[in-house]
Amino acid sequence: MNGPVASLNTSWFALIGLLWTGYFVLEGFDFGVGILSPLLAADDVDRRMSLNAIGPFWDGNEVWLIVAGGATFAAFPTWYATMFSGFYLALFLILVALILRGVAFEFRSKHDDSRWRRAWGAAHCVGSLVPALLWGVAFTDLVRGLEIARGPHYVGGFAGLVHPIALVGGLASLSLFGLHGAVFLSLKTTGELRRRARRAAVLLVAPTLLAVGGVGAWVGLSIAGTDRPGGLPGAVPAVLVCAALVSIAGAGLLVARVHEALAFAATAVAIVAMSAATFGALFPRVMVSDVRVADSLTIWNAASAHETLLVMTVVAAIFTPFVLAYQAWSYWVFRQRLVRPPVTSGAHEAPVVSPPAALVTRPGGV
Amino acid sequence: MTELLDRWQFGVTIVYHFLFVPLTIGLAVLVAWMQTLAYRRNDADWDRLSRFFGHLFLINFALGLVTGIVQEFQFGMNWSNYSIFVGNIFGAPLAMEGLLAFFMESTFLGIWVFGRSRLSKRVHLASIWLVAAGTTISALFILAANAWMQHPVGYKVVDHKALLTDIWAVFANSTLWAEFSHTVLAAFVTASMVVLGVSAWQILRRRDVTVFVRAAKLASGFAVVCLLATITTGDLQARLMDEQQPMKMAAAEALYNTQDGASFSMLTIGNLSGQPIFQIRVPHLLSLIADLSYDGKVDGINQIQRAEAKKYGPGSYVPVIWVTYWSFRLMVGLGFVMLAVAAWVWWLCRKRSRWRLEDNRVTLWVLVATILAPFAANTFGWLFTEMGRQPWVVYGLMKTAQAISPTVGAGDVVATLAGFSVLYSVLGVVDVVLMSRAARSSLGESEDEGSGPPAAGEEVVGFVY
Ligand code: HDD
Ligand code: HEM
Ligand code: HEM
Repeated sequence: MNGPVASLNTSWFALIGLLWTGYFVLEGFDFGVGILSPLLAADDVDRRMSLNAIGPFWDGNEVWLIVAGGATFAAFPTWYATMFSGFYLALFLILVALILRGVAFEFRSKHDDSRWRRAWGAAHCVGSLVPALLWGVAFTDLVRGLEIARGPHYVGGFAGLVHPIALVGGLASLSLFGLHGAVFLSLKTTGELRRRARRAAVLLVAPTLLAVGGVGAWVGLSIAGTDRPGGLPGAVPAVLVCAALVSIAGAGLLVARVHEALAFAATAVAIVAMSAATFGALFPRVMVSDVRVADSLTIWNAASAHETLLVMTVVAAIFTPFVLAYQAWSYWVFRQRLVRPPVTSGAHEAPVVSPPAALVTRPGGV
Repeated sequence: MTELLDRWQFGVTIVYHFLFVPLTIGLAVLVAWMQTLAYRRNDADWDRLSRFFGHLFLINFALGLVTGIVQEFQFGMNWSNYSIFVGNIFGAPLAMEGLLAFFMESTFLGIWVFGRSRLSKRVHLASIWLVAAGTTISALFILAANAWMQHPVGYKVVDHKALLTDIWAVFANSTLWAEFSHTVLAAFVTASMVVLGVSAWQILRRRDVTVFVRAAKLASGFAVVCLLATITTGDLQARLMDEQQPMKMAAAEALYNTQDGASFSMLTIGNLSGQPIFQIRVPHLLSLIADLSYDGKVDGINQIQRAEAKKYGPGSYVPVIWVTYWSFRLMVGLGFVMLAVAAWVWWLCRKRSRWRLEDNRVTLWVLVATILAPFAANTFGWLFTEMGRQPWVVYGLMKTAQAISPTVGAGDVVATLAGFSVLYSVLGVVDVVLMSRAARSSLGESEDEGSGPPAAGEEVVGFVY
């Protein structure tokens, strides 16, 4: 299967890889901030600072996931159907988590009561933690191989997904997103919160290296000997995992020296590299069967026909640049660091004993 | 068994999603409109109103957003055979919806919410209009997918898969444009009835009476126009339906046998099998609705069942009649009730009116109660549309029973159905409490910008969350 259809299939695989990568890079720091904020925030003001640091972005970031799902449905319906029905309970957990996290943003600030705020704060934290962990599990499973048989069906059940290696993959995504979020918070805030975020980032470097290196080596070794017809040389994902490790270490050094913007770029590169390694190891398969090589779903047997891919290519080519432009613009509009409101005028960084009333009650407007 | 559970799960979650959707679509436009009035006339009252209703909009949006993701995932999770069958065609509008609409609405919503003090007034106003455009465009694409299930066009079936042959046909589908205009107009109705009801509540509490009377006046005019248009497009849909899904038309009237000049029953007591105890009938109305002719022929359920069994093979092609019959009537009936209420308020709000809305407590209480009507009408409309299509999931091509995921067991679906039900109930309660608190809260002052310019490169947080 070569020719124009073949190249469309490949570019759709790449585009879907790109959408997931965008999702991990962008929502990664939202998750990280959500997970860490109970640990880093000294009080309600800090807590709100961290939520508001990701406030303008998180929803737009989540759309990367929605579009990745929609694009998979359109370009590779069989992949979409097999993966979503196969990962049924895992996806349910992710959905519940995303729901809790999403409403927690809005609900938490709407009622001034410490129990209420603690409850929704906890919901936000758990709602960030669960997907950060489970996405790593799911993508490690995709590469590692699953019990796919009898046509395009995953028959392994929930238990088939929780393999030790997949759990290490989950820890890798969890720690990497945590690191990414800590660096983001240090980049977007000031004062004590910024210092604590920086310290958390430095502390997270070693565990992240361990988990990312662990899953990289384990998956790399286990697929080295397998038959991957049409796949990339095993060196490609290996190099990418190494690049990720270097970036993570580099991010640690940079953030320790208060080069927060560069450190953020480095954690973003690490996520891009890990995501690219995952999709590179998959290509040209999209779900690997460990029962029979021939049962694997590939970019050929899982794909839509030419007409759909062509239409979608035209639409994506026209509209993706607009999306990138206005999302980039929104990051530009909100590029400033957030400051704790001054208690005494001028002294931005003065310790705040009790949060100023202006923060606790919101005037009726938006 | 699993099929029934899957259907319940889809039904419960989509109906829940669609409680928030129409309010989001409509309120985005109304808030943008209010903000435009504030901007053009430099009017502090409209500015305060746009912030007040913007607040309600945000709480509602949050739930619409999180429940939508469930819907997108569910096609693959519970309906994998369906997804494989329709993916070539159905996936395309879904992906376009994300790329063209969701990115726009969510990014500009962030800009609108957090950018008040960072952006010029003009750009800030433009951002809420882009949010409104995004929500309406999203409706267009998702309804393109839905309209294709009602009336498949532009495809050929190869190897048990529907392949796309003509994307223009999918978007030029007559069913789509009727459905889109009806649904979006109904969404505008929903938001205007909410603005009316909330304003009435505030007026009853004697808060900022003159300001809320202005809001009520705007909303009642908008509601009347949109209701008339909703009714017109609904009538258009009925005619298309008679042609494309005759069984649904017959089921809407519980018309068992073909008739010329068929009458329409407003109400039936007893059973619907053709021997009612009591019925109010309007002669010839059904023929008029279905065919635009006084004596037009309307096919009956028995005749259509025989014809479809011949065409598609043995089996029942009759949906659940009491659901279609009552949901259709309730939707239409609520539409006329709302029209009466909105027109009356509009009449009261005229400049030269002898009565004043703020003195008319009964009307004000009726308005508060009528908040529920559009939500009910929307839900009944969808129940009718979707359940009237049964047993088909894609009309004429795929039955619902064949559409489910073969590898997902009943136990899994029970677990998730229970999980979603509990979670959605809790969130529903919280949402209603927060919405009604926001609706009762006093109108904020019109504040211009923050207290002072932020230091260079830094921002004293205008906390939103
Ligand atoms: C007529 C309109 C309409 C209909 C029939 C549906 N939706 Fe919806 N949906 C919207 C109109 C909408 C919206 C107005 O655009 C929402 C509501 C609130 C919001 O945040 O955007 C939305 C939100 C929303 C989101 C989150 C978007 C975001 O992040 O901004 C997703 C993923 C979906 N929907 C998906 C679906 C699916 C898969 C549906 C079909 C089963 C569906 N919606 C029915
Ligand atoms: C584009 C939007 C929509 C799509 C693609 C869609 C698709 C589907 C699918 C796949 C099913 C399951 C099969 C079935 O039982 O018929 C279904 C059922 C259903 N849908 Fe829709 N639907 C859409 C919009 C809606 C909306 C907005 C509502 C209502 C708010 C709705 C109400 C229902 C209900 C109640 C059922 C269950 C019907 C039954 O169990 O008999 N649908 N729809
Ligand atoms: C009063 C006259 C009305 C008529 C004659 C009418 C007619 C119809 C018809 C025939 C359908 C089914 C279309 C199909 O299955 O193909 C429908 C669906 C629907 N109706 Fe109405 N309707 C009316 C009023 C309303 C009102 C007032 C609302 C809400 C405020 C509403 C909301 C809906 C919705 C949400 C749907 C499902 C989506 C769709 O198929 O468009 N309708 N209507």
